[in-house]
Amino acid sequence: MLNSLSVLSSQSPVVAPQGAGDMTIPLILVLALPAAGAAILLLGGRRTDRFGHLVGTAAALGSFVCALVLFFNLLGQPADSRAIQVDLWTWFSAGRWQVELGLLYDQLSALFLLLITGVGSLIHVYSIGYMAHDDRRRRFFAYLNLFVAAMLMLVLASDFVGLFLGWEGVGLASYLLIGFWQHKPTAAAAQKKAFVINRVGDIGLSLGISLILATFGTTSFAQVSELAHEANTGVLTAIGLLLLLAACGKSAQFPLQTWLLDAMEGPTPVSALIHAATMVTAGVYLIVRSNFIFDLAPDARSAVVAVGTITLLMGAAIGCAKDDIKKVLAGSTMSQIGYMIMASGLGTVGYAFAIFHLLTHGFFKANMFLGAGSVMHGTNDDVDMRHYGALRKAMPVTFLTFAMGYLAIIGFPGFSGFWSKDKIIEAALGENLLVGICAIIGAAVTGFYMTRLMLMTFFTKPRWEEDVHPHESPKVMTVPLIVLAALSVLGGLLLINDWIVKFLAPVVGEVHEHHPPIPAVAVSVIAVLVVAVGVALAWFLVGKKDVPREAPEDVSPFVTLARNEFFADAFNDEVIAQPGLKMIKGLHAFDDGVVDGAVMGGASAVGGLAEVSRKLQNGFVRSYALSLVGGAVLVLLALLVVNL
Amino acid sequence: MTTPFIALSAILFSIGAIGVLIRRNAIVVFMCVELMLNATNLSLITFARTNGNLEGQVAAFFVMVVAAAEVVVGLAIIMTIFRTRRSASVDDASLLKY
Amino acid sequence: MTAFWILAPIMVLSALGLLFVRKAVHCALLLAVVMISLAILYAVQEAPFLFAVQIIVYTGAILMLFLFVVMLIGVDASDSIVETIPGQRIGAAVLGLALGALLVIGVLQAGIGTAVGLSEANEGGNVQAIAKVLFSENVYAFEVTSALLITAALGAMVLAHRERLFPKVTQADQAKQRMRDYAETGKHPGNLPAPGTFARHNSVETPALLPDGTASSASVSRVLLARGDVRNAEVAAAEFDDLVQAQLEDADEAPTGSASQSKEDV
Repeated sequence: MLNSLSVLSSQSPVVAPQGAGDMTIPLILVLALPAAGAAILLLGGRRTDRFGHLVGTAAALGSFVCALVLFFNLLGQPADSRAIQVDLWTWFSAGRWQVELGLLYDQLSALFLLLITGVGSLIHVYSIGYMAHDDRRRRFFAYLNLFVAAMLMLVLASDFVGLFLGWEGVGLASYLLIGFWQHKPTAAAAQKKAFVINRVGDIGLSLGISLILATFGTTSFAQVSELAHEANTGVLTAIGLLLLLAACGKSAQFPLQTWLLDAMEGPTPVSALIHAATMVTAGVYLIVRSNFIFDLAPDARSAVVAVGTITLLMGAAIGCAKDDIKKVLAGSTMSQIGYMIMASGLGTVGYAFAIFHLLTHGFFKANMFLGAGSVMHGTNDDVDMRHYGALRKAMPVTFLTFAMGYLAIIGFPGFSGFWSKDKIIEAALGENLLVGICAIIGAAVTGFYMTRLMLMTFFTKPRWEEDVHPHESPKVMTVPLIVLAALSVLGGLLLINDWIVKFLAPVVGEVHEHHPPIPAVAVSVIAVLVVAVGVALAWFLVGKKDVPREAPEDVSPFVTLARNEFFADAFNDEVIAQPGLKMIKGLHAFDDGVVDGAVMGGASAVGGLAEVSRKLQNGFVRSYALSLVGGAVLVLLALLVVNL
Repeated sequence: MTTPFIALSAILFSIGAIGVLIRRNAIVVFMCVELMLNATNLSLITFARTNGNLEGQVAAFFVMVVAAAEVVVGLAIIMTIFRTRRSASVDDASLLKY
Repeated sequence: MTAFWILAPIMVLSALGLLFVRKAVHCALLLAVVMISLAILYAVQEAPFLFAVQIIVYTGAILMLFLFVVMLIGVDASDSIVETIPGQRIGAAVLGLALGALLVIGVLQAGIGTAVGLSEANEGGNVQAIAKVLFSENVYAFEVTSALLITAALGAMVLAHRERLFPKVTQADQAKQRMRDYAETGKHPGNLPAPGTFARHNSVETPALLPDGTASSASVSRVLLARGDVRNAEVAAAEFDDLVQAQLEDADEAPTGSASQSKEDV
């Protein structure tokens, strides 16, 4: 289906970093600050309760400053010598294999660093207000810092194993933060679910790394990228598929997508930071970072595109059906990451746009999640959109900033999402018509469900609960919203003069001139038109009618399907969990019956024998003496017989 | 003529062994052990005469000395057991069993 | 050989007696017979030193030790005839006889034959000759044996030693305890009242009467109380009362009588 992709594969760029020089200290600090923050807050315990949130925020901000210093230094370097590396120490060595713990800072890492520390800092600030009334705020900030440190480790690692360290670190932080309100059974279940499903992906990553090690004898990006073209295509495809499995787990892509909606049980800043802006995009990072493998494995890339396309449609459908504002946004996140994964599967033409969309999505989705948090903050933590309505007057700042995010995500011309999504659709159409059409449909559905969300939340008639008095959130929460709204609007500036494409080219490869079958302008027009159709549909279906306070029951099968997240949980339960349980029960029975039976049977046989023979030990000295004399008689007899 | 001496020694030894096996009073059992020791002494002394040197007599002397030591300790043990259990029967001390 | 043929049956019989006699003392005496006979056989076999040692050490020391222990444990303690371990007697008889038979057969088979005799070895005196052998080639074994003896003596002392669990009660302690009892329970610190006091009978079965006329149970032995041999104090008291009454009446009668007599006299 996607064989046309293979012709595009060309020699991908080799990762060849230079020494860090002056930048060593900021590069270490960018990672060390949040790590230290987490350590202080976790080890300091209750003593740091009073100022814990300040320490955490300061660590994140300090890290952001370091990231800025690094970024401006990087801009000052010539384009081909921008990648720098700091080797910290040899992590471990086994035989000929040595794993150096190193930090690789190149154009790709630079953008991630800014996104993680920038959005991260804003969310830290926001959380000061959002978590103000939580007894365990200090712990929350500790986990946030831990997450930032792990995420930075993930994007700064110079080695697949280092990346794995960060990968597991963010998994841990995600687990801790989803279940932050662990007293809620749903949160505890959600955190477990996220952890277990992520484990499936992590197996993919660890197997992929093992295969890389077996194939190349090294796991460092630099050496693997150098040796990649020597490897067999089949092996590279296998590595690519394993890495895709990892990405599916972390980025909530089909078929490992089911955890993300449940992960919304976590506090909203967590949803914004981890489950929208940064962690879930780690899969995209992994694929783009491993471009030297995917470029040489077109079949793997086809799989990536397929997964991305399926997920973007599925996420959009789920977004349409849910009434929980955070779950709509989560479905939207799945869908948008589907766009990114799809773009990164397109190969060299798509990497830069995948990252571009990742950045803009990071801005507007974080903005909207925080906006949703602000709405919940004003409505006693209600998440059901059917209980909102007409909130624009009650919380104008939230409304306006949310609107910026909304316009960005549906791709309103001029806003950041317009530029990034448009480019992806364009690239997809250029590679494969079917994928392109799916992307356009996805854009239309995005327009529909986001408009539905906007209408149900900020317009229509109030359907508030009786004791709810919506109010605007404090400054400490609205300021980050404003900043993120500004970024959502202006994010498209990165595309001026194809800046981001050229900027990333040393990492992901030069884009060859290609001529899309449809002119770019036409694509943009089509995209805007279909989005407009989606928006209009939402207006007629939601805006014009009264929204019932209870979700209607008599709905089409398709809605039921989407409401239940395509029954993925039930499918997993039936197809994987139940047979697994049955197998384990069988194994247990086998272990009990056969293995234990053999062992215990042997033991009881010996025991029975002993039970009989121990009667010989009757405790009477005279009996023992009798046997002794018997022995002596036998010896004498033997002697005489020999002598005879 | 030494054979009768040795035969007597063997007979006394066997009687001592049977005594150890059938008597229950610890002191009597002990006496039977002494009887067995004495029986061996007799054969040692007889062997000394048979071979015409005194090694056998010296060995018998050592047996006596060791028997004296053994009797001292053995009787002390019997005393201790009797003191705690009010019994000198070897069958009563039969707790170390299955 | 005459001595041997006389002594051998005695020894075998005595040894067999060891198996069948029930009292430990008799066993010890029978063993003494065997040992003294053995000593004579030693003398017969040109071992005068061991003859002396056998008499002194075995018969004199070890058997006496046995007798001491028999006395300590109970001289009348005798074995029960009932065998408790099934098959023990038969097994012992069979195996013991087999052992004896095999040993005798072995001896006969070996055919030790004639003795060289010790006249040559004992030339300068048996004791001196043994001493020469003992203190030359066997001196190390001899020293070790001495160490063994000392160890055995120590061991016996340790085994026989009894740890004092409570401090010894002195007379002063007893006096203090008596006063303490008086303070706490009111037990009289002085001597118990002697039986028979103030009673018609002065035997131990008669309780003492207290000044108020009641009987004191402390004055008679508890054994007598348990056996019910104590004269009932009430009865004794009543008897006493009667006696007193009778005597008073006698006294009354006597004066009146004398008075009347005196009256009559008058």
